Amino acid sequence: MTLGPIGPSHYIVLSAILFSVGLFGVLVKRNAVSVLICIELMLNAVNLNLIAFSKYITPTEFIGQIFAIFVITVAAAEVGVGLAIIISIYRNKLTVNLDDFDWLKW
Amino acid sequence: MDSIVSIAAFYILAAVTVGSAVLVVAFKNLVHSVLVLAISFLGVAGFYLMLNASFIAMVQILVYAGAVCIMVVFGIMLTQQGGMSGSNGFNKQIFASGGVVALLIAVIAYLGVNAGEWQISAKQVPHDTVGNIAVLMLSKYMIPFEVAALLLLVALIGAVVLAKEVKAK
Repeated sequence: MTLGPIGPSHYIVLSAILFSVGLFGVLVKRNAVSVLICIELMLNAVNLNLIAFSKYITPTEFIGQIFAIFVITVAAAEVGVGLAIIISIYRNKLTVNLDDFDWLKW
Repeated sequence: MDSIVSIAAFYILAAVTVGSAVLVVAFKNLVHSVLVLAISFLGVAGFYLMLNASFIAMVQILVYAGAVCIMVVFGIMLTQQGGMSGSNGFNKQIFASGGVVALLIAVIAYLGVNAGEWQISAKQVPHDTVGNIAVLMLSKYMIPFEVAALLLLVALIGAVVLAKEVKAK
């Protein structure tokens, strides 16, 4: 990878960085809402890869763009249901700290 | 896409997107995190414009930077007690997670850079992206399209049922 013309490798490295930042957030954050928004970052990294491949490998077929639309749809549904679950748990436990969600602990 | 302007645009957008994504994780205040999250989503929308995907860029701005961020802010308001400062702290796994994530980033970047020559197509992306996507959506990808619509309906009803106020007995 050089500074020359932008190609697929540039987008792979960029989306790898974005995905890793999101994964780091999912692993280390204590607030459940924060984990949700970090999952959104990871999904954005995937979409970036899909559209970069769509442009460079199959520019006339639009498969990557259609998959990106489906990913965005599923992500929107996931945020809605995820926030509803968090609100419902908050009613029972009065906290969104993931360390306190210990019902399934051995 | 070989002009110096597009190369400069790529690196500026990459700096904005990755920088604000890092700030999403680093900020201690959850509301500030959502603000920089919106900036990160707008940066990704800029990349979509560079990749000739103007329709996806608009969907990104509407759905992610608009709807998702507002919904997350509502979720924060409904679940936060006390002040906002320190609402977004770290847990004890920070060093182990850092190691795992650094390893992952190194492996993906190594594989991506050393994948050999990409078979880059000589064709250009057609200008009429919306028309082409619409034709595909209602012909070849019709069943996934309908299933996505059903999924949104089910998710909406499920969210309403889950978040509905429980009557005190």
